[in-house]
Amino acid sequence: MAGASESRTSSEPAVSPLSIVVVFLLVAAASYGALIAAPEEATMGMIQRIFYFHVSSAWTGFVAFTMVFIGSIAYLRTRALKWDWLSVASAEVGVAFFTVVLVTGPIWAKPVWGIWWTWDARLTSSFLLWVLFVSYLILRTLVDEPERRAMVSAVFGIFAALDIPLVYFSIWWFRTQHPQPVMGDGGSLDPRMWRVLMLCWAAMLGVMTLLIRVRYRLEEMRAEVDALRMEQSRSAR
Amino acid sequence: MSLAHSAATILAKELKTEFRSRELLGTTVIFVLIVLVLFSFTFNPTSSESRHFGPGLLWLAFLFAGSLMLQPSFLREQTNDTLAALRLAPIDPFSILAGKMAANFLFLLLVELILLPVFAVLYNVAILPVLPQLVLVLALGTIGLATTGTVFSAVAAQARLRELLLPLLLLPVLAPVLIASTEATAGILRDPSELSLVWLTFLCAFDVVFLTAAWLFGEYLLEE
Amino acid sequence: MALRSISLEIGAGECVALVGHNGSGKTTLLKITSLLARQSKGQIAFFLGDQELSAEAVKRHIGMVAHHTLVYDELTAEENLVFFAKLFRLSDPIARARQALEPVGLSRRANDMARTFSRGMRQRLAIARALLASPKLLLFDEPAAGLDPEGQHWLGSTLGKLHASGCTIIMSTHGRNETQASVTRAIRLDGGEITHDSGPSGDPYGVLAMAAVRETVEGDAR
Repeated sequence: MAGASESRTSSEPAVSPLSIVVVFLLVAAASYGALIAAPEEATMGMIQRIFYFHVSSAWTGFVAFTMVFIGSIAYLRTRALKWDWLSVASAEVGVAFFTVVLVTGPIWAKPVWGIWWTWDARLTSSFLLWVLFVSYLILRTLVDEPERRAMVSAVFGIFAALDIPLVYFSIWWFRTQHPQPVMGDGGSLDPRMWRVLMLCWAAMLGVMTLLIRVRYRLEEMRAEVDALRMEQSRSAR
Repeated sequence: MSLAHSAATILAKELKTEFRSRELLGTTVIFVLIVLVLFSFTFNPTSSESRHFGPGLLWLAFLFAGSLMLQPSFLREQTNDTLAALRLAPIDPFSILAGKMAANFLFLLLVELILLPVFAVLYNVAILPVLPQLVLVLALGTIGLATTGTVFSAVAAQARLRELLLPLLLLPVLAPVLIASTEATAGILRDPSELSLVWLTFLCAFDVVFLTAAWLFGEYLLEE
Repeated sequence: MALRSISLEIGAGECVALVGHNGSGKTTLLKITSLLARQSKGQIAFFLGDQELSAEAVKRHIGMVAHHTLVYDELTAEENLVFFAKLFRLSDPIARARQALEPVGLSRRANDMARTFSRGMRQRLAIARALLASPKLLLFDEPAAGLDPEGQHWLGSTLGKLHASGCTIIMSTHGRNETQASVTRAIRLDGGEITHDSGPSGDPYGVLAMAAVRETVEGDAR
């Protein structure tokens, strides 16, 4: 069979230029807010500003992992591979955001408390979540056939996502039983800080959406290449 | 109820196979023993330190042993494609998982009960007065281990590097069980002994969540 | 292995031979028929008289002999059959298991582990397993593979007896051998599609012969 089938992937870009501009503006605004506009924190000084990115990245990571959960269930129900593409895209982006959390944590901690890592509840939970979804990604590399890979990832993805609240609760309760000197952002937040935090979160969500769409499109194209390859090898027989 | 009947039949077959050779049982027991001994080298085993670190190390050893020992659960069904034979039978597909989960639970619990007295001796803890509570925690924690472990064994059986993959998948997911079981065990072994309702309820919740997830989604793993 | 487009109706009591070279889709078709694999598009339905059967009911009536032996090496022949008898909810599973071992000539080896059996004996145990619940539909994936001429002769006559007793048989075969003696219909698959079908009342031997020749020619050409 000589002619190739028509490309099913849209030739339009995964993210429109407009959306890139919007997100860029959001990030710029958020950065301004965090680094300049927000009031300086009383005890910690300049370095505390990293908190806005640290916390909003964690929240964004949660949203991404929730999408893995949804995509996994949807795949098992419909067997449409597009849900698998959504799951892997969301998982990778989620891991990326949690990497930011794990990197900004020590950067924040060292100047303020003198140590790189504090085994406090939230940071420890973030670490475990990061490991969990890295395992998800490793699992995917170890299964070659696309449908089987989608299936096993979906089941593991569901289990991993269900584990998230259990991880957080168990680590949190453990910490209340064995309290450390409080190292997190103890105390309530100034309302101006809340506004900046929300703005940062919106910006992070914007970045997340763009990244997931790009990654989704990449996976869609990969699947199409695989399908073409299979058809070619079949007709060559 | 037909699910119970087929699951019980499969459970019986699994147990028969395990206990016929006994090689897996013996190896798992020795493995946990090695881990316990090695761990004892990492701190000064005075009585108070043992009581401090002991429970955590015990559960860590159980988790490691479990993640190795749960491997064959589905691998065994691949040699002659007996999984296909099971799926050809007019049974609820979940009964295949349920039978194996039950078998793995009993098997792991047996390993833990064998090692409990050894642990008591090595780490100088008095277990007899609190034995029922300890067994309760062992059972609840092991249900979580067996449930997730059996499902992930089915996952790993379809992938490459499965010996490495099963611990990689299982241990992070079981972290909450490690925390809860360790804390509950430590509380029981403390003087005066206390039974933490929070941790026990948590373990129950963990078990319920993942049993339900296995029931809802596990059978997809068995498909061709 | 994939199927392209299959539209097929097989009636009760037929003995169908599926022929075609490797990769033509025979095994996939058998797997879908046994409900082991799910088709990505289309439907499959089973009727007993006028009644359409549910998946679980269908499984009760199917016996399959596949490429792998589908028996447990770590159990004895009898234990294997007792286990499957229980799963099929047969009454008095132990007696049924012992009964099933006789026609395949394994009664004397009932208490030996399946791992000690030769390839031919395992095949016979696999067939005993398939016949355990007196299935109405038998699916065989290359049943003669690995059997010596005596085994093939035995298999041929067993298939004949089963067919005579009203079983519907669908088997994928390779080349010409004794198992084809009772065949009433031959279907040739190529590239996941049906290329030739002798039909419920036609003569299957034309298709069988043609397929055998093509296999030889294509085999030489490769």
